[in-house]
Amino acid sequence: MASIISGPVYVVQNNIDTDQIIPAQYLQLIPTIPEEYNKLGSYAMVGLPESLYPTRFIDLEKGESKTPYKIMVAARNFGCGSSREHAPIALGASGCEVIVAESYARIFFRNCIATGEVFPYELSAPGLSQVLKTGDYVEVDFDKDEIRTPHGTFKLNPLGEVKPVIDAGGIFNFARQNGLIPASS
Amino acid sequence: MTLTEKLLARASGKAFVRPGDNVWVNADTLLTHDVCGPGTIGVFKREFGQNAKVWDRKRIVIIPDHYIFTADSLSNRNVDILRAFVKEQDLPYFYDVIDDPEGHWVFDAAKGQLKRQYGSSYAGVCHTALPEKGHARPGEILFGTDSHTCMAGAFNMFATGIGNTDAAFVVGTGKLLLKVPQTMRFFLEGELPVGVMAKDIILHVIGDIGFDGATYRAMQWDGPGAFSLNMDDRMTVANMAIEAGAKNGVFAADQKTFDYVDARIKRNGTRSEYTPVDPDPESEQSFVFDKKYDLSKLEPTVAQHPDPGNRALAKALDKVKVDRAYIGSCTGGKTSDFIAFAHVVKGKKVAVDTFGVPATPLVVEELRSTSIGGDSVWSILENSGVLLTENASCAACLGGPVDTFGRMNKPMVCISATNRNFPGRMGHKESKVYLASPYTVAASALTGHITDPREYLS
Ligand code: SF4
Repeated sequence: MASIISGPVYVVQNNIDTDQIIPAQYLQLIPTIPEEYNKLGSYAMVGLPESLYPTRFIDLEKGESKTPYKIMVAARNFGCGSSREHAPIALGASGCEVIVAESYARIFFRNCIATGEVFPYELSAPGLSQVLKTGDYVEVDFDKDEIRTPHGTFKLNPLGEVKPVIDAGGIFNFARQNGLIPASS
Repeated sequence: MTLTEKLLARASGKAFVRPGDNVWVNADTLLTHDVCGPGTIGVFKREFGQNAKVWDRKRIVIIPDHYIFTADSLSNRNVDILRAFVKEQDLPYFYDVIDDPEGHWVFDAAKGQLKRQYGSSYAGVCHTALPEKGHARPGEILFGTDSHTCMAGAFNMFATGIGNTDAAFVVGTGKLLLKVPQTMRFFLEGELPVGVMAKDIILHVIGDIGFDGATYRAMQWDGPGAFSLNMDDRMTVANMAIEAGAKNGVFAADQKTFDYVDARIKRNGTRSEYTPVDPDPESEQSFVFDKKYDLSKLEPTVAQHPDPGNRALAKALDKVKVDRAYIGSCTGGKTSDFIAFAHVVKGKKVAVDTFGVPATPLVVEELRSTSIGGDSVWSILENSGVLLTENASCAACLGGPVDTFGRMNKPMVCISATNRNFPGRMGHKESKVYLASPYTVAASALTGHITDPREYLS
């Protein structure tokens, strides 16, 4: 993969739960069926209240089905709530590639790794989601573990053991490549 | 070692584990439902092959419960996908909505939401049904494709929620790589005063440590106050560990645990041998957090919109008007929850739309057979104006398809006995949900604003 991902950023605050990432009414879509996978992607972040997030992650009214934001910046406890794997899948299917948050809920973080859908980077200090605005141009540098923004450069905690798993495309591919389960069935 | 460390050490074949160790844990049971089961099956087939067999057919428990009583055709289809997989793999523990193994599930909207539409094997909300159907055994490991799987920690189990991909790995191999969490101990003393319930304990504690105060950690419940709780109450407390971000919640087992578990194993004829994990001496357990709570000092507590950690006392919120009240879910839809609710509303009328959804079909039966002062709990609720359905399920606890019973389809304020209140959780994303005990929900339903229930209880 590219060692730098750049583009406009989408900014959210604390406690973005999986209901806001993909509302419960779309959970009947099965992620392993390709059309339903794409459909899930088109609903990514649609659960964010308009009153707090007037700029939409995907503008359904303009007919968008993918997001223009490859990078999302969040505050604490991103991905809390239900364990639905539909959440990282919807983000991945929407075209989002990396999340940079102050902290993650455990199951969401694990699901990012298991599915290989998005990179869950952790900020080394709080506050970025307060200064950054949706649409600001940012660069996430995977070699230097940092995010460069109009408000300065911020350090990220290294992805460590997580990165090779996501690079491989998820836990099964990784497990096969490393002999943890038999090569192919 | 702490209880969680002992459970994980045993299940990974090690004499000793410490927090931070990554260990391969053998699963005793894998639980899934209609929302995550089809995706799990999809990943299982993609990764292990179309003809692959599950690792152990007797250790997979499938309980459709989320989107059942809806005319949404994809949701109905998902129950059929589960049935087909069960047939193909010959799985004994599938709690189907319908009785015909060759049939298709179709919800009949014309019959309305209140009258029973399920067959004889349907079990209702998975976390409440799992122990009810004899699948909770002290000392065991439970993985489930649902974040509230941690509820079974009430039974001295290591129980945690996982995603579809991890679950598919378990279905194929029976194992999962886990990091041993640090343990936080919550030492409960005293007994709950009148008007205060298990829900108040957990809302108080989450308010104390924060919505992410236990992230990646185990919450161990200990002390005489913990053992004074009955199993329903312990389930409520363990269930909401996830609302503080925890990996699991866990209690030691006592005679109440064994009595509850053994009776249900016997009734259902499920596997009866198990070995609980006993606590090590105090000096051999190390906690990253250790705090005492005096239950006798607790008061009716509410988690305000928009997260379960946004704590306030019910009595401080009497200016908050509600449009709707809701009693149901794995945490708030047990028989004991409805009995508490009935004590408050008996002989009175609710002032706002109030929805009641029993967690399981057995709860429905028990509400009909349990009486307070000569009236059944069921009739007390109905006579007070509660819209009570026989169709036990998750219903509006998580919103669901738009025709879901009790779902908020416009911005509203709801007081709810459920367990999660992030924006949009019960439907409309601009609605507001306040979480509270069945007592507090009942009192608030009577007045139309958030109300301390103690004035309704002697
Ligand atoms: S009742 Fe609510 S919390 Fe419980 S399993 Fe169903 S959706 Fe989840």
